[in-house]
Parts: sequence; C-alpha cells; structure tokens
Amino acid sequence: MTTRVGVITFPGTLDDRDAATAIALGGGEAVPLWHKDKDLNGVDAIVLPGGFSYGDYLRAGALASVSPIMDAVVDSAKEGMPVLGICNGFQMLCETGLLPGALTRNENLNFICRPELITITNTKTSWTNFFQPNTELLIPIKNGEGCYQISDEGLKNLEAKGLVVARYNNNPNGSKNDIAAICNEAGNVVGIMPHPEHAVDGLVGAGVDGLGFFWSIAGVTV
Amino acid sequence: MVDTVSNAANTPELMQPWQKLGLKEDEYLKIKEILGRRPTAAELAMYSVMWSEHCSYKSSKVHLRQFGEKQPDSDVLLVGIGENAGVVDIGDNWAVTFKVESHNHPSFIEPYQGAATGIGGIVRDILAMGARPIAVMDSLRFGSSDATDTARVLNGVVSGIGGYGNSLGLPNIGGETVFHPSYAGNPLVNALCVGVMKHDQILTSGAEEVGDLVLLYGAATGGDGIGGVSVLASEVFDETASTARPSVQVGDPFMEKLLIEATLEMARANLIEAIQDLGGAGLSCATSEMASNGTGGMRIQLDSVPLRDNTLSLEEILMSESQERMCAIIAPDNLNQVLEICEKWDLNATVIGEVTDSNSLEIYWHNELIVDVPPRTVAHEGPVYQRPIQRPAEQDNLINNSTSSLKKPVNGDEIKSDLLKLISHPNLVDKGWITEQYDRYVRGDTVLAAPDDAGMIRVDRKTGKGIAVSLDGNGRYCKLDPYLGAQLNLAEAYRNVAMSGARPIAITNCLNFGSPEDPGVMWQFAEAVTGLADAALEFDIPVTGGNVSFYNQTGDVAILPTPVVGVLGVLDEVGKRINRVYSTSGSKVYLLGETKPELDGSIWAEIVHNHLGGRPPAIDFAAEKILARCMRNFSAYRIAEATHDLSDGGLLVALAEMVYDSGIGMRIDLPDELQTSEMLFSESSARAVVVVSEFGDNAFLQLCQELAQPFSYIGEIDERIDGLLVTDLFAISQVEILSCFSSPLTT
Repeated sequence: MTTRVGVITFPGTLDDRDAATAIALGGGEAVPLWHKDKDLNGVDAIVLPGGFSYGDYLRAGALASVSPIMDAVVDSAKEGMPVLGICNGFQMLCETGLLPGALTRNENLNFICRPELITITNTKTSWTNFFQPNTELLIPIKNGEGCYQISDEGLKNLEAKGLVVARYNNNPNGSKNDIAAICNEAGNVVGIMPHPEHAVDGLVGAGVDGLGFFWSIAGVTV
Repeated sequence: MVDTVSNAANTPELMQPWQKLGLKEDEYLKIKEILGRRPTAAELAMYSVMWSEHCSYKSSKVHLRQFGEKQPDSDVLLVGIGENAGVVDIGDNWAVTFKVESHNHPSFIEPYQGAATGIGGIVRDILAMGARPIAVMDSLRFGSSDATDTARVLNGVVSGIGGYGNSLGLPNIGGETVFHPSYAGNPLVNALCVGVMKHDQILTSGAEEVGDLVLLYGAATGGDGIGGVSVLASEVFDETASTARPSVQVGDPFMEKLLIEATLEMARANLIEAIQDLGGAGLSCATSEMASNGTGGMRIQLDSVPLRDNTLSLEEILMSESQERMCAIIAPDNLNQVLEICEKWDLNATVIGEVTDSNSLEIYWHNELIVDVPPRTVAHEGPVYQRPIQRPAEQDNLINNSTSSLKKPVNGDEIKSDLLKLISHPNLVDKGWITEQYDRYVRGDTVLAAPDDAGMIRVDRKTGKGIAVSLDGNGRYCKLDPYLGAQLNLAEAYRNVAMSGARPIAITNCLNFGSPEDPGVMWQFAEAVTGLADAALEFDIPVTGGNVSFYNQTGDVAILPTPVVGVLGVLDEVGKRINRVYSTSGSKVYLLGETKPELDGSIWAEIVHNHLGGRPPAIDFAAEKILARCMRNFSAYRIAEATHDLSDGGLLVALAEMVYDSGIGMRIDLPDELQTSEMLFSESSARAVVVVSEFGDNAFLQLCQELAQPFSYIGEIDERIDGLLVTDLFAISQVEILSCFSSPLTT
C-alpha cells in the first residue's frame, strides 16, 4: 500500500507543490488538502508545507494554526499520525502546541536562502527512520524567522529526552543548541526549519539529501 | 459638491488646478477641445495621470515605434507590444511572457516599499496575460558603495524585493547590482517577471462584449500612491522629495499571492473575458484601457468601489494606486462561479460596472455622471512630443579622452595587483549577501540562478523544456556611445543566455534615462532606442515590449544612460544546461572569440583610474551569433563542462570567477599576443571561456572549425594548483580569491 501523505495548502502557502513532488519521488502519494476542509480525507500522514501562510501576519504560523483543518491535524497527531512541519509548517506546529518552543527572527535579521549542512541526531521518528545516526545532510534553508527559541527548562527536557532531530553544523540563525529540527515525545510529529523537499532533485535543488525524509514516511527500505 | 458633467458644461470659466496635476497648458487646452467643454474634476484627474510621461510615453513614443517598424520576421511572437506584456511561443503549445519595469523614484523615497511594489506591479502585468508567474529577476543601480545614503537604499531595496517576491513563492533567478556615483540620488530598481501558459490561455485587456460585467477584485482602495505617476515619475527630484512620501504605495504580498491563485483558477476555468491589473493610474488606467481596447464603451459606478479609507474623494479613488487589485471583464452567466472562487481565496470582489456600446467611458458617483470621455483619448491618444534632440557638446571630448594615456600594468605583479582591485570592488564581488536574501528554490524548477550567467527555469517537467533569461545593462558604454552601448547591452544579455545552451528568442527592455526635456538626454535616448532596434534586427529576434523611465536625474545631473535589456531563451532539455562551474582536473580551458586591445569604457578604467572616456568595444553580430550557435551545440552534445561569458573586467576576471565558483585550481598558459594588460582586461565582445573535458575535446575542435569560431587554447584545470596560476605572470591562491570576492558591498 502506498502511503498517502496529505499536503495542506493555506492561503500564502508556497512550497506545497514542492512537498507533493518530494513525497512522490520518495515513493508516497501526495494528497492535496485545503485549509478550510474539516477532515483529512483518510490520509496516513500530513505535511504542513513552507511559505508565508496568512502573510506571516500576527506571528508566523499563528493564523494558520487555527484554520478549520487544524483541529483534525492536532487530534490525529495526538493519536499518532505522522506530521511533518517544514519551515512555516514548523512554526504552525509550535503555535498549536504540538511542539514546544518558538521560531523568531534570524540573528542577522535577514531572510537567508542557502544550503546548510545539518546532522541527523534522532533516527527514531516517523520522518527520519531511514537515516543512520549522525548522518550529515546538505539541505537548503530559506526563511526569515528560523531562530529556534525555548526556555532553559524546555531545552533541557528536549535534550534529556533526545527530541532534537537535527542540528546545524554551522548555526546560521542563532537557534538554541544549533537546533534545526525537533520532534514530540512519540516521534510522530517533526518540525524542521530547513527544506528537505528542496533537496530531492539535483537539477533543480540542492542535491538529493532530503529524499530520506520522504523515504522514511513511505516506508522505503534498503 | 460633486463636479458633474453638466456642472462642467455650465461653468466653463472655472479655474482648474491642471498645473498642480502636472499638465502643461496646451495639454489642458487639448482636453477641452476633445470634450468640447472643460473637464470635470474627475476627468481632469484621469487625463492628468494618463497623460503623464509614465503612462502615456509622450516623449518616447516617436522613438519606440522603431521596435515595431524594424521588427524582424518572427514566427515566435504571439502577442506583441501594446498589451500588458509580450508573449512568445516556445514550442509544444507553451507560451512565455516576460517584461521588465522600473520602480526607480519610489525606491529612492521609500526603498523597501518602492522595490516591493515594483515586484508586485510587474508580477500583476504577467498575471494579466493569463500566465502563471514563475520567476523574477532584478537589475539594480545604486550610488557609490561608500556614499552615505547607499546602505539605506541598498538594504531597503534588497529586503523589499526579497520580502515581496519570497512571499509570493517566486524564485529570484538573477539580475545585476551596480554601483556608480551617478545613481546616488536616483537608484534604479528594474524588476523582471516571467510567466508561462498554454497558447489558448493567453488573455488580453479588451472588453469586447456589450453587457459583460466589470469586476474589481483584490485589495480595497486606499489613499496610497495617489498621483504617484504624475507627481513622482514626471518631476525632477529635489530636496522637497521627502514630502512626497504618501505617494509611494504600500505592498501586501499575501494579498497578491491570493490574487495570483484566484485569477489563475478563474482563467483556467475560462471565466475571464478580459483582464487588466491596476498599477500606475489605478482605475483611471484600467477602465480607459479596457474600454479603449474593446468596444470603446464602459459604464462604471464609482461609489461601488470598496474603500479602506472612507474619506477619499472620488478623484482620489480614480487615481489611487493601491496595490493588489485586478479588474476583470466577466460574462454575466459566469459571475456566480467567479465570486465563489474569490470567496474561496478570501478576496473581495465587486461588480463596478458594465461594458457598453456607447463609445464613451461613463463614470457615475451616486447616480451623477462625473466622467463622460472617449476612452481612446485618455488611454491611447495622449500627447506626443518630438522633444528637441541635441548631441551634447562634451560628447567629443568624452570620446577623445581614451584610455591610451592611462598607466597600464606592465609586469605580472602589477597585473595581479589590478586584478585584485577589480575583484574586490563592489561591482564585481560576490553578490551572495543580496541573492541569499531571495528564495531561489521555491516551485522546484530553478535550474540556474545567480551568479550563473543566465537564470533558467524548467517549464515542462515531462519533456524538460525550459527557458533562460538574462538582464543586463552598462551605463558606461551607453554614456560614451548610446547607440553602440545599447547594442552591446543586448549582445551581453544574448550571450549570457547562449552560455547556458539556450537559444535566444525574444527581447524586452527597460530604458532608464534623465530628463526628456534635456536635448542631450533625449539624444542619448533616441540613439539607444535606434541602436537596440537595429541590433534586434541583426540578431533576428523580436522586441516584445518594454518600459521607459525618464527624469532619473538630480538637478542638472542625469544618471548614466542605462537601458537594461532582457533576453529570453529556450532550451529543449534543461538537463543539458551548462554553467560556469567545472569539476574535472585535466580539462582544457579555451578562450573563444577575438580579443582586441579595447579598454575604453572598461570597468578596469573605472576602478583602477576612475576614468570614463573613449569608444566602447566594437560589436560583431555575426561573431555573437556564431558563438551562440557553438554554445547550443556544446550543450546539445554535452561537449562543454563549463562556460562563462566575458564582459566586465575581461578574461582575468572571468577566470577568477570560475576558479572561485569551482574551487579547483587552474593553470593558464597564455599565447604571446594575450600577455599584455590591454588584452587581459579588454572587454572585447563575442567572447567566452569554455572548459572542455578530454572526452569532448575532439568534438569541440571539430565544431569550432565547422562554424568558423575563433578560439585559443589557454590552459588546463589542475587540482594541484592552488587558485589561479598564470604562467610567467602571477599566481593567486584560492584564499586570496575568496577574500577578494567576499569584500563588502558597502562601507
């Protein structure tokens, strides 16, 4: 059975098309979902793609996190459905409370678009189980608010429980503990700031290192 | 009290503020003559914005005609000059539209919003053709990098372009950034957008069917940008500029993204009869142009326009340049479906009028007739000026002041020292600080982007067909010889597109000049337009559209004349694209084309000697075309590993850039005739560096011979060498190259 992965489009979502392409290249089936929908159309997993949902007005991800479809996303995530929030999607997951912390303006206050090296530090999640521990990946970042912030106590908790999924090799934005991606305790919900969906085709992206995320969810084994 | 048409007829002697609105006396009299009475206040507002230089092209029209008259026979042109943007056929039923527009004056006053709305405006132009916008580029000019105001303008413009373009999900695939003192009070912000569609999806702006509805959708109308076109784009800048701030529009890219998706959803469901974006001159422009391009009649209820500021006067509503608005002509039967789509995307949509056969644009304000004009007279029959033209007296001195008397570097150390100066200069350093603020990956089809010679986007994922675009200007050459300079600009853009392996098929331009009321500037303009039109004919590719920006001057001092030229190319398989990065030690390095000692107008003269004089390099159309043909073959048969065109700085700068981008050393053994600084920094046109692996070498030699392409072997890629070694002259380590190219843009 092909894994059906829903890709939710919010007003202002930009990387939905790219997420769908990456899911298909990874062996899954991408199912487009609209933010005003109430149900998830029976999908097996969800990607909250990047972009500027609602123009990032109020706070990045804040308005999208209360879109009609998000009730179903939150409920399903709590029941264990794999959810990947990329960039703006990560910001939404933090706004819903599915993941702790928040993303703030990059340290240099500029939007930054360039490939960055990250290291996978948790290979138990639904989205990273394909990788070997400590795999280095080249994945583009492209955001203005990618600086991961969390209380000292929260950070301690993340580290103690091994919930940091990936770290930057050269921290580009001031994120605490070089954090590029985190997950919830169950490991089904992952938020990642870099864009693995833009590293799936060397001709038009930054290499193919991002494919492993989509192989992970599609259950591809080698 | 509302100034109605009947009131205007009854009060012929009323004094009207035509001067304040930027009209000349004879223009005001002409309006009276057309209407047979004085215009109403609303009519006066409309004419004043539509007859402004920005909207009417009144000073440039007589020259721009050449683009049509000298058009080469072309089988690719689907929509020519006159619509929102030209459209060309790239085969397989795909149509591509592209256009550049300036947003220079607003970007000086309020750099962020000026640049942001520049992107917004050009994207809506492309959308109005029925195309999905797929990429943007920008050509930027700022004052000296060490001038006090440059950092303010540069930072604002770059974040504005990024802030708006990134939020739309459009990859930024390149452009250029140039610093020169003449742009200090007049930065240039030229934004290009390219869009694609199928042939039968092309839309135009003519409202053809009587009874169809005029739908205004998108943002509500506010007080921003009122009279922007007449006040901002038609007056010479002076110290009072800061008071003009309210004239700059404020952008909302989120709204624009919704506008794109809603418009394309309507268009793909065949629900749109005609469409126009609201840009300069707002509703005045959209209604008059759509009526004029169609039946000639339209009735508008101005009071039904949704406002975000209820204190606006009706004239202000007509002139407002509030962003993110579109105007579509909809058949009554389709209205419900259209409104549903707008609701899906949370967009306001309001029917504000209908198409009539009255041959008049009638605008009502609470049932009172306030505008009753023949739309052609507003939109298309504005004043046309034969501005006086005079070759500036100092032009001869400029040309006679050649580089021959400048001190040239004579030995290896001196040549190296000049090269380091060049590649540390803000005009030649790595522009990564800028381009990293732009999203290049979104939409997943970006094949090439800055710093590649051209940007490239895959259009068809099944076949791999794609397009390449380059955008180039060179104010130095145009100052010395605007005719030849404009041709060299076109040649460079053509060559950059060719470098990728693509076939150049169409041209667009954005012509940035000083005041048209200065006969010297007008001479530059006329020469540049003639040069471009003649060159297009020589290259045998059509000019599909363009944009003119005058009054780029502070006091009496105009900017360097800066026509910016965009060339579009097509490549059948983007997987065969070539860029300037090589990877194989042992590959051979060739210089293609003929080098002559041409340093006049070069960036070497500018940077090393602060000198601008003499004659720009000669142009050789035949040689450019052969070079482009070679490149197409190198791509098609995968002969070349890397290619890079020679332009600013000549051979050594091009080699340094390739080493910088590739990170592998290069050993150069120059033939004797190239060993002088005149040849090494020469900017002779029709040249390129090509890296060929041992597998391609035979085919390379054979092809150059067949096409009579001049070439010289100049060295080899060699991983044992650290950086760039030029035998018998100098060596530059990778670290040195890196530190030069990483020099800051502003101080």
